[in-house]
Amino acid sequence: MSLRTALLFAASLLCAGAGAGEIPPSERRSGYDLMSRETRAIQDDDATNPGMLWVLDGEALWNRKAGAVGRACAACHGDARTSMKGVAARYPAFDAALRRPVNLEERIKLCRSERQKAPPLAFESRDLLALTAYVARQSRGLPIAIVIDERTLPFLDAGREAFHRRQGQLNLACSQCHDDNWGKRLAGSVIPQAHPTGYPVYRLEWQGLGSLERRLRNCLIGIRAEPYAFGAPEFVDLELYLMWRANGMKIETPAVRP
Amino acid sequence: MARAIVNVPARAKRGEIVEVKTLAQHPMETGFRRTQTGELIPRDIIRRFTCTYNGTEVYRVDLHPAMSANPLIAFSTIATETGTIAFQWAGDNGYSVTETASIRVE
Repeated sequence: MSLRTALLFAASLLCAGAGAGEIPPSERRSGYDLMSRETRAIQDDDATNPGMLWVLDGEALWNRKAGAVGRACAACHGDARTSMKGVAARYPAFDAALRRPVNLEERIKLCRSERQKAPPLAFESRDLLALTAYVARQSRGLPIAIVIDERTLPFLDAGREAFHRRQGQLNLACSQCHDDNWGKRLAGSVIPQAHPTGYPVYRLEWQGLGSLERRLRNCLIGIRAEPYAFGAPEFVDLELYLMWRANGMKIETPAVRP
Repeated sequence: MARAIVNVPARAKRGEIVEVKTLAQHPMETGFRRTQTGELIPRDIIRRFTCTYNGTEVYRVDLHPAMSANPLIAFSTIATETGTIAFQWAGDNGYSVTETASIRVE
């Protein structure tokens, strides 16, 4: 490669970098800001937000004894309104025993199997979603606060790499829609910036509550890539990156999305 | 679990128009969808919602398969007297949920 070609190549890389930059903090928008007035109204009022049906179920489960130990979540953690405040804003968090980050659903599953000795809840089951929604609801209004240290940095980097990697038959990276083209339309829908501020969310399209991993599976199927299984480490890396990318944004759980 | 959330203002002035909001937990399965193996999923919907104010019916809805899951029904009524507003949802497979709220009229 001649010097001239090398310089041109470097220049084109710089240009590409400038066009596909990450979203500056002042321009970050929650999906809430891109929704219709009517959908925002459904989310804003606990009397109309259908996600509250799961939150109330989760509250009942929180106080119900489960497993061989016969203890409820509340027996150890007490009142979730104080003990679980801000917890969802810190997840996915590093688990020392597993030596990898785990998300909130996995943490609840681990607590059930290890502390309560209860039969495992399946990913995306009604009970797991309800408990997750109830725990995450206690952080509503608090800023996302993911702290990266040397243990979690490799996972964050893996998530960042996945976000910028072209994949699937459509050969698209997450960043091409959500960093470079947010606010434009994909068919009739506005492309959001992909900040996971309100999970688990009540999605009108789903007619029910779903986790971030369910949403990510939708996206992967949309670009015709093979979706990962629920609980796959690749998903948790991506969730860690997305939450870190949304650091400082307020938790809205249970959010409503179109 | 069949849960319902109702929202009625706790107090109102006599003759005031008050907004009532209700949310019922229900999948509202249309009866037109099929499983991955092609079997028809049987219909399972709420058929009727009624609201009575101190025993007098003030609002009634017939629901049909095209309505969303967890239907939100909001309507207004006139605060006439202190008492109880009762709600009832009834549907397929013996689904029946009742909920009450009290209102104080001054």
